Amino acid sequence: MKVALFVPCYIDQFYPQVAIATMELLTKLGCNVDFPLNQTCCGQPMANSGCEKDAISTGMNLVANFTGYDYIVGPSGSCVLHVREHYSKLPQTKEVTKVRNNIYELSEFLTDILQIQSLEANFPFKVGLHQSCHGQRGMRLSQCSELNQPYYSKIVPLLKLVKGIELIELDRKDECCGFGGTFCVSEEAVSARMGIDRINDHIKNGAQYITAGDSSCLMHLEGLLKRKGSSVRIIHLAELLNSSIN
Amino acid sequence: MISEYIDHPKEADNFNEDFQRTTWHDETLWFIREKRDKATKSLPEWEELRDMAAAIKSNVLSNLDDYLIEFETNAIKNGIQVHWALNAEDHNKIVHNILLKHKVKKMVKSKSMLTEDCHLNQYLESKGIEVIDTDLGERIVQLDNQPPSHIVLPAIHLKKEDVGEIFHKHLGTEKGMSNPQALTETARIHLREQFLSGGAALTGVNFAIAETGGIAICTNEGNADLGVHLAPVHIASMGIEKIIPKLEHLGVFTRVLTRSATGQPITAFTSHYHGPRKGAEMHIIIVDAGRSEQLGREDFRKSLNCIRCGACMNTCPVYRRSGGHSYGYTVPGPIGSILSPGIDLKKYSSLPFASTLCGSCSDVCPVKIDIHTQLYKWRQIIAKEGKMPFAKKQGMKLMNYVFSRPSLYRLLGKVGRNVLGILPRFMMYNSLNAWGKARELPTPPKESFREWYLRNKK
Repeated sequence: MKVALFVPCYIDQFYPQVAIATMELLTKLGCNVDFPLNQTCCGQPMANSGCEKDAISTGMNLVANFTGYDYIVGPSGSCVLHVREHYSKLPQTKEVTKVRNNIYELSEFLTDILQIQSLEANFPFKVGLHQSCHGQRGMRLSQCSELNQPYYSKIVPLLKLVKGIELIELDRKDECCGFGGTFCVSEEAVSARMGIDRINDHIKNGAQYITAGDSSCLMHLEGLLKRKGSSVRIIHLAELLNSSIN
Repeated sequence: MISEYIDHPKEADNFNEDFQRTTWHDETLWFIREKRDKATKSLPEWEELRDMAAAIKSNVLSNLDDYLIEFETNAIKNGIQVHWALNAEDHNKIVHNILLKHKVKKMVKSKSMLTEDCHLNQYLESKGIEVIDTDLGERIVQLDNQPPSHIVLPAIHLKKEDVGEIFHKHLGTEKGMSNPQALTETARIHLREQFLSGGAALTGVNFAIAETGGIAICTNEGNADLGVHLAPVHIASMGIEKIIPKLEHLGVFTRVLTRSATGQPITAFTSHYHGPRKGAEMHIIIVDAGRSEQLGREDFRKSLNCIRCGACMNTCPVYRRSGGHSYGYTVPGPIGSILSPGIDLKKYSSLPFASTLCGSCSDVCPVKIDIHTQLYKWRQIIAKEGKMPFAKKQGMKLMNYVFSRPSLYRLLGKVGRNVLGILPRFMMYNSLNAWGKARELPTPPKESFREWYLRNKK
């Protein structure tokens, strides 16, 4: 299966190991992975700031890069959701519609398309799962605590395929971390406070690692953990599913 | 009136200066959110009820003119005097005229966000009429000359020690007394005196039933009843969107309202009023105050579904950590942030940005308002109408310029990472870097993914 790898800009620049892990993982699972070389950003930072009109050429650049692929996979619920939902503001050409329909978040792709039942992965640590909001309430990757619906998750069963892992329970299983794009600087006080409360929930419940499907949340939480001098580490879901630590 | 810009980030920053108090505020409201979760999950048909409530509201908003006239006709048949108010001034004048006619010097009022929004208390006080808020939370904030910080729990930002201090100052209780039982008894005795001496009672309206011309009011303290039953004049103020078509629809709303608000199955009192007592008068004032305009905004009309349960406030991680007063609007939190820009776009332009767009508000909403989507849409309007700081708007244009030029993006990325890697700490962490106030910056890697890819795969 041919897959185009979508690497969000901040992963490309600051967390290349997340993209490497995604690429290796998909390759291990039998995909033929392409990386379109002229991709940049999906345009979400501008759109969420109210400037979706000023993000159109950025969006068209993404579409041009991913035209022709049946499967586009990115390790970020937030950016994928942006393409799917807010590219409704781009001219709805055949190419734009196809990219919107064919783009997947990693855990969704592994669960719904590849339907993987096993993984060669080891990660002998206590892990807390941070449910990034856009994956959670935007893409419905797992049951939302607000809704009266039966339990399901597209992420937890994947984590359970990893040998040695111990998933910890949180007091608040799907509360926002407070990153929120430009919110993290425009509403600095609330953003930082939300993040502090999130990391404390993980620390209190014994996490050694915090994982999530979005590096943006993790970058924010990592910044707070480091400032606090905490030994708790962050790890993107892709890195965790691709790890072989014994 | 000169509109004063509400600076939510600044207000929120002030609120967060007291770390422990912020913790307490967050946990208190989260406790209510959890009660709401339990109550809603005890009903297998919960999601169906939300669908029904939203569908009824949608029907109401599409046929509002007809339902309002039907309601008026039936209310008049019941002996109720119906008044129409285009705006807050109209509303306040109508209330004042009714009070003048009856020579009322003191009016008791049960909770009504609409009259808060109309600044009725201040207006009547300027005319020499005393207004007593009879809801306990509202009375507490009224005594201290504060606005409510929450629409259901007006004094949720105050601790029992704060209430003790306010009562000491205004009701003469012993200094330092903060026992909740004793404080409640004090309020009870104080309020009984007010009820007995009130010349008129004003209430809000939770639901106005077109079919019957009657209204329903939900309270936990029975203060609406007590006021109305003791006073010779009852004035009920309602926004035009409070209409429901039939009595049979009321059950849907009473079931979702209180479960969403406090996690109770229903309020302690659901009072139905269908007309005046013998020898008494009942007035209903139907108020527009910007609602018709909101109804005309296709992207935002659904905000008029709101039944004022406050669930979006309790669940909002930003509200819980910034407090109701930081919004500077009668209805704070997510719902207030989509209602207020329609009233004054410039004044409230920071509110749609006081959100991470996490979406929790839309999921708890019992009438399924797409709150976070409307926040996103207000942001687009604020940017377009030039209500956004010039530098921010230019910054966004610049980002688009860079991101639509892949080689420029790569160049700037590389320069940025290299600079970050060698800058001394004092140059990275200073007042210009909001990120770095509480957080470390990510350690810049030697190469981007693309560079790694080209080195390894080609």
